[in-house]
Amino acid sequence: MTTSSVATPAPAKSAPRLRTPRKYSPGRPKRSKLLTALMALMVLYTVVPLIWLLINSTKTQAGLADSNGLWFANDFAFWDNIRDTFTYHDGIFGRWLLNTLLYVVLGAGGATLLAVLGGYALAKFSFPGKRAIFAVVIGAVAVPGTALAVPTFLMFSKMGLTDTPWAVIIPSLVSPFGLYLMWVFAAEAIPTELLEAARMDGAGEVRTFFQVSLPLLAPGIVTVLLFTTVATWNNYFLPLIMLKDPDWYPLTLGLSSWSSQAQTIGGDVIFNLVITGSLLTIVPLIAVFLLLQKYWQSGLAAGSVKE
Amino acid sequence: MTTLQPPAAAQPRSAPPPARKDRRSWTGWGFIGPFVAVFALVFLAPIVYSVYLSLYRNQLIGGNQFVGLDNYTQAFKDEQFWDSVGRVGLFLVIQVPIMLGIALLVALALDSGRLYGKSFFRITIFLPYAVPAVVATLMWGFMYGTKYGLVGDINSAFGTTLPNLLSPDWVLASIGNIVTWEFVGYNMLIFYSALRVVPTSLYEAAEIDGAGQLRVITSIKLPAIRGAIVIATIFSIIGSFQLFNEPSILRPLALNSITTDYTPNFYTYSLSFNGQQHNYSATVAIIMGVITMVVAYAVQLRGMRKGA
Repeated sequence: MTTSSVATPAPAKSAPRLRTPRKYSPGRPKRSKLLTALMALMVLYTVVPLIWLLINSTKTQAGLADSNGLWFANDFAFWDNIRDTFTYHDGIFGRWLLNTLLYVVLGAGGATLLAVLGGYALAKFSFPGKRAIFAVVIGAVAVPGTALAVPTFLMFSKMGLTDTPWAVIIPSLVSPFGLYLMWVFAAEAIPTELLEAARMDGAGEVRTFFQVSLPLLAPGIVTVLLFTTVATWNNYFLPLIMLKDPDWYPLTLGLSSWSSQAQTIGGDVIFNLVITGSLLTIVPLIAVFLLLQKYWQSGLAAGSVKE
Repeated sequence: MTTLQPPAAAQPRSAPPPARKDRRSWTGWGFIGPFVAVFALVFLAPIVYSVYLSLYRNQLIGGNQFVGLDNYTQAFKDEQFWDSVGRVGLFLVIQVPIMLGIALLVALALDSGRLYGKSFFRITIFLPYAVPAVVATLMWGFMYGTKYGLVGDINSAFGTTLPNLLSPDWVLASIGNIVTWEFVGYNMLIFYSALRVVPTSLYEAAEIDGAGQLRVITSIKLPAIRGAIVIATIFSIIGSFQLFNEPSILRPLALNSITTDYTPNFYTYSLSFNGQQHNYSATVAIIMGVITMVVAYAVQLRGMRKGA
């Protein structure tokens, strides 16, 4: 990807203010080998655990114990491990994967939808209570999420929602960060004149939103969707307290239960499956981030444009 | 009123231009209504319920009884609780500056235009953000191990006896490393996005005035992204005070080092789900929430005042 891609799809108004480094940066700074080498060390720190995971997903349980962590063992069991991960305990891993997808589609999808609608309202409408909403939402962000966990659990328990997918999905629907990002993005990306022209032409608010505004919001939507997806995919605490039935676990909770079962008396030690399962858990998200980097980076850059 | 901003914001923007007075109507509610409804259910209601719970105590005889501030008095004398607060306090004082310092250096390096393969570095260093805390902790937990892990490999290869990273002396630092690994790239991206929108004309002017690289960084770049730095700091503080995932997942590997009251959140969780002390747990959670907000607010005030 090119270095200027952060700037390219940003909303028209802000684009000229972003730098295209090579062309404009003063003196066209010389590339530094030393600085690049230092950054390479940083990359090493970042990727060594991932490489470790990749290498060790090729080992059997026995191979894990008696081989060097950063090199392959004699037994190459990668495909066996993948097969075993999916077949162990009647294929519960596949079930966890589907659960995670369900939570992502409904939770992250719903959160994005609500954030887009709300951000649009904050950016383009004036309505009674607008200031209060903003103050309360931003104030609530400062409340540690986990501090709400116990009362939320008790409330949901009284409503009969615990141990059902809804207990995980409903709290995921609110993303204050998504709301904020959409608000900033919509203010920047949708010219008010365009909305007024549409209204003048007799389009209702719903039609204006879908036909005029929504297409302009696309990069922002992708960004919010990606970040809510990560939040839902990686969610651990919420399912931990809400779910008892392993059939409803997401991948994260399932993996940690596999890992801790080694500690229980008579528990099966399946570290090879924990490692392979971990690899299978992160591959989809990393792929999505790499494939969509142009979009989410532009969305983030737009979020930090200042006047 | 607190004016905390979510992470992507470089600077609290001036509020978007107010829509015209004549368009002021209830139409906006049609769009924001769904968000507000769910928000009230999962944010506001639990806060209110939590306060209610903290004023009661479930007695063996007499059921749920109003006890006023008794739970709070108990919490203020609770050594287990304050030990855990001290632990996350120590953690945050050491881990947050290290993590944000590295993130800032990386962002400045990326922004300097002096790197070969810049976009490779940017995306690779960001990647751990996409790794769930569960997986990150499991990976590092295995690597820390003296039996399966890298520490064991190094020991057997070089005949060294490295300290056991999962022992009580080291485990907090080990957790700090995991958290740093997870979030350094994310913070880097926030700083980098903020640096990208500094007007080029400032650098040109600085160059004409003969300012060196270091001067440009200290006099232009850092002040320009101060807002982003304050926000990243506040979010890291909130994250440290909420520390739960990493210690709880690491616990099976380090049973002797990580107790179930290791962090305030872990303590709250244990009280509620192992001890059934829901009322006291809510009280502890409220106190912790207030501490977090006070610290975050103080940092924000200080950060915004400096040089403003």
